[in-house]
Amino acid sequence: MQKTNKKKLMSGNEAIAEAGISAGCRFYAGYPITPQNELIAYMAQNMVKRGGVFIQAESEIAAINMVLGAAAAGVRAMTSSSGPGVSLKQEGISYLAGCELPALIVNVMRAGPGLGDISSSQSDYFQATRGGGHGDYFTPVLAPWSVEEAVKLVMLGFDIADYYRNPVLILADAIIGQMMEPVGNFDKSQFRKKKESKNWALTGAKGRPANSIKSLYLKEGVLEQHNKKLKKKWDKIRKNEQRFFVSDIADVDYLIVAYGSQARISLEAIKMLRKNNIKVGLFRPISLWPFPGKGLRKIAEKVKKILVVEQSLGQMVEDVKLNLPNKEVYFLGRAGGGVPSAGEIIKYINNKLI
Amino acid sequence: MKIKFSRPKSLIDVETHYCAGCGHGILNILTAKVVDELGIRDKTIGVAPVGCAVLAYKYWNFDVCEAAHGRALAVATGIKRCHPDKVIFTYQGDGDLASIGMAETVHAANRGEKITCVFVNNACYGMTGGQMAPTTIVGQKTTTTPLGRSPESGEGWPIKMAELLSGLKGVSYSVRTAVFNPQKVMQTYQYIKKAFINQIEGKGFSLVEVLSPCPAAWRKTPLDSMKWIEDEMVKYFPLGVIKRE
Repeated sequence: MQKTNKKKLMSGNEAIAEAGISAGCRFYAGYPITPQNELIAYMAQNMVKRGGVFIQAESEIAAINMVLGAAAAGVRAMTSSSGPGVSLKQEGISYLAGCELPALIVNVMRAGPGLGDISSSQSDYFQATRGGGHGDYFTPVLAPWSVEEAVKLVMLGFDIADYYRNPVLILADAIIGQMMEPVGNFDKSQFRKKKESKNWALTGAKGRPANSIKSLYLKEGVLEQHNKKLKKKWDKIRKNEQRFFVSDIADVDYLIVAYGSQARISLEAIKMLRKNNIKVGLFRPISLWPFPGKGLRKIAEKVKKILVVEQSLGQMVEDVKLNLPNKEVYFLGRAGGGVPSAGEIIKYINNKLI
Repeated sequence: MKIKFSRPKSLIDVETHYCAGCGHGILNILTAKVVDELGIRDKTIGVAPVGCAVLAYKYWNFDVCEAAHGRALAVATGIKRCHPDKVIFTYQGDGDLASIGMAETVHAANRGEKITCVFVNNACYGMTGGQMAPTTIVGQKTTTTPLGRSPESGEGWPIKMAELLSGLKGVSYSVRTAVFNPQKVMQTYQYIKKAFINQIEGKGFSLVEVLSPCPAAWRKTPLDSMKWIEDEMVKYFPLGVIKRE
């Protein structure tokens, strides 16, 4: 995208695609699924023009494995989908993690289980934050609450993926993917100035020993060593990559914990509650894995009660409870495309917390 | 004295894990020899499947990527599109290519990906102990077809991949060969070489299907296995060039 001071009105899906290309992604493979179709369409229109590769794959499984090939070839690569498609991609995500390959996977969540519904949901939290596929692994998960932040997190996501050699997930909900907001800044993230060397990539063994990319370790004890090495990496990510945002916490009695579009709706409720002198604050995890427990524990020390609000039947609330075993944690959630409104949140706080 | 045959430079000097009489040993060597002869070792990237050949990266002395079961051609597509100047080949078995990876195979072929595919057809799932593969011939006993494969019992007919793919416009070269005698081994070498040259010349998808022995899963001696290919498999899977553009 050309540098300009003017902001452009873009949907979250389009902005995520543009952010990917601006971040140096030069390979995209995807498969159509609502509510992320604007993303694949933007890639189809722009990726090749910018010197990259666009492939509409025959399946979600093929798409993620093409991404694996591109990542193995040393190229920044991404794919995108929604819940049902991301389920199919889990095989490839597990291999990416096992092979230690960087890639970006975008999930614009819709409601499930099964085919469910195309409306907004946050019900893939467990899948995203617990590995998702087979085997012992984790993927960093970043959840934007605005189109502008989606751009930043895509840029950051690629840098985290390259630095740690691990797939990274962008977990957006359908509201973020579909809504349009002004965006202008497609500058690279400030994560690390130094570009990672990809001397492990498959580029042809010219003037160097042959490289291989694999996740198979058959010899007794060798896989366990590999697992331990991966764990060290994930411990490092847990320590260094917790991200969150807070609002209205200077004087706070009640804390809402919410992410993505639900955090924005919650902030609206907080503003209204504060007009009636009810001191409510917001804690918004930006990284869902690693969960920003350290930040949450610190802020929760001074609050009376916690309310977790999600577009699900209660998933992130488990992480909140794990971090705050001695706090009263309440939960307000809706599933099936239902979105807890500011009014519902206010009513819940008035009835249950106060 | 003239040396007619020696270990290819593209093959690492280690013991393989293959069983006695297995066709993979021959085909690993032939592939490495083609890479040597074409002088492309430093620009070749192989994709190893799930199955007995998954460890090929330990034997080939060039860059190799592992792929999940059936996904070799999707992985190869990703690599080739990123490195169009490199030579990319997949090396896949029948369960991988024609069953769990059928969609990846047909679509990579249909897109006309400039990839060479060496398809090792041993009419069974070798690594897992010899279950029915899509290419198991009618009447062939396997651990999952104890009475012999029976289309009448709903087990389907063996799939002829070389013929099936030859119907796609993206496929420029499709042949079937075998390794049951030295003459056929040399013929196979020529086919693989041609399939690599096709790619270097920018032609579309190239498939070399090789009928290959799996004595361990077939419960046959290495010699009987070769004879079984010649006497039984070839009846159903005719050898020769099926498509050449």
